[in-house]
Amino acid sequence: MSTNSTPIAAPGGHGPLRTPTNYQTRAMRLNSARRYLMNHLVTGLAVLSTVLVIAPLVAILGYLIFKGASSLNLAFFTHVPAPVGEQGGGMANAMLGSGIILVLASSMGIPVGIAAGVYLAEYGRGKMLAMAVRFTADVLNGIPSIVMGLAAYSLIVMRQMHFSAFSGGVALAIMMVPTITRTTEEMLMTVPHAIREAALGLGVPKWRTVVSVSLRTASPGIITGCMLAFARVAGETAPLLFTAFGNQFWSFRLNEPIAALPLQIYVYAISPYDEWHRLAWAGALVLILMIMVSVSLVRIYAARGTLKGAS
Amino acid sequence: MGVGIDVEHLNAWYGTNHTLQDINLSIPANHATALIGPSGCGKSTFVRCLNRMHETNPIARATGVVKMGDLDIYKDASPVDIRRRVGMVFQRPNPFPTMSIYDNVASGLKLNGFRNKAILDETVERSLKAAALWEEVKDELKKKSGASLSGGQQQRMCIARALAVDPEVLLMDEPASALDPVSTSKIEDLIFQLKSQYTIVIVTHNMQQAARVAENTGFFLNGKMVEFNSTDKIFTMPSDKRTEDYITGRFG
Repeated sequence: MSTNSTPIAAPGGHGPLRTPTNYQTRAMRLNSARRYLMNHLVTGLAVLSTVLVIAPLVAILGYLIFKGASSLNLAFFTHVPAPVGEQGGGMANAMLGSGIILVLASSMGIPVGIAAGVYLAEYGRGKMLAMAVRFTADVLNGIPSIVMGLAAYSLIVMRQMHFSAFSGGVALAIMMVPTITRTTEEMLMTVPHAIREAALGLGVPKWRTVVSVSLRTASPGIITGCMLAFARVAGETAPLLFTAFGNQFWSFRLNEPIAALPLQIYVYAISPYDEWHRLAWAGALVLILMIMVSVSLVRIYAARGTLKGAS
Repeated sequence: MGVGIDVEHLNAWYGTNHTLQDINLSIPANHATALIGPSGCGKSTFVRCLNRMHETNPIARATGVVKMGDLDIYKDASPVDIRRRVGMVFQRPNPFPTMSIYDNVASGLKLNGFRNKAILDETVERSLKAAALWEEVKDELKKKSGASLSGGQQQRMCIARALAVDPEVLLMDEPASALDPVSTSKIEDLIFQLKSQYTIVIVTHNMQQAARVAENTGFFLNGKMVEFNSTDKIFTMPSDKRTEDYITGRFG
């Protein structure tokens, strides 16, 4: 606060405005010193928190690179696991398996999740069914992932009498749904009502307004929600233990057991062999990189064609 | 060309709140009709009943007869059809933020499945010219978001968007109340030009605005229409004491 006390002339020649008294300026000066301190304190806390958030990620990634990068070679990406005692071998089948299971899970979980979110935000306002769906989604979100695996086991594996890639996909899809549903709902709620009215006022039917206006306006947030759900299930091991089950060879069939990176890492990590431990580290590194790359690709793709000045 | 609107015994409710009480009114074709009155008197509800936007609110309800020409809009047509024939401009500009200027203006056609590019191009240009915005935006039609324009430009774009579906009636709910004086006068000039081709109903808080653009004016108070007459009459010798009190600024 400056102590400039030059009177400011009011327009119209009504004389100078009242100048602050000394008492006021002193109080203001004290106040501003406190504000200065507080401002820097809070900024410092915010920076500290950011560092605390980022530090584990950097640490984990760094440690994985340190432990796993040396075991990464072409064979790791092209070969199936070698028998115990043999050198070399890779996790190519597990990467493919993870890819297949995640595509399955996303193609089931994302449409169902978004559709349920649309129902909650656009059609179910204040209805009993909507409240039930919202409550169920929240409960579902808190269910341990191994229980999801058991559910898929009893729903699909027990009936078919064999493990399968499909049942693994279903288990992960169920895990994705509540996150996507709730994010979609939240994001649709942030779309201003005025925009919906604009579309309805042009004679656009309600369903078209929802698809082309509400969903489109909320799409960046919804995509983020889908990516979060995807990244979360991509690293899940427990739901796959008795659904996808894992194997040691190439498999492309959806109704047969299939390898998955988290399963492979789990099996290798608890084995007594040093060679397998190294491969497990490499597998974990590849898993994290796969998640980071796929999430970034979707983000880049979604940001394409953003207009100048779009909010 | 515009079409006249006849309103008979129109009542509207929000929940248990009887917002419009027995409104009877004839709005002539190809003229501008202004609705004035204090906040909460039912003007906005009234225009929202004219394109059946009122019923998009789940707790809202309306009874009575609204005729556009010979068509009873509550009996003989779907709300979607009516809204294509009765355009609406809202109080605050409401561009679609994810769409370019071009797509904003073309949205009424595109979202209804219209795909012919040549006709879309022509319609967008014609509508933007009619809304006096073409010269300002023609170079960045497809590159710029509709939300990047200034408030006044956005509102003219919203008018262009409403004109693009070729309506017969244009409802304007305080179209200039969120704009600065320069933009306001542009919108008023626009209304002046448009009323030869469209039937315009404009809700306004600004009595000078009503006097400037409208041939006829209706005065609403507490959900009832107190007086409807030529704008000259309303402002020079109102027949109702309440109208006089309002326009001379004794309340509201």
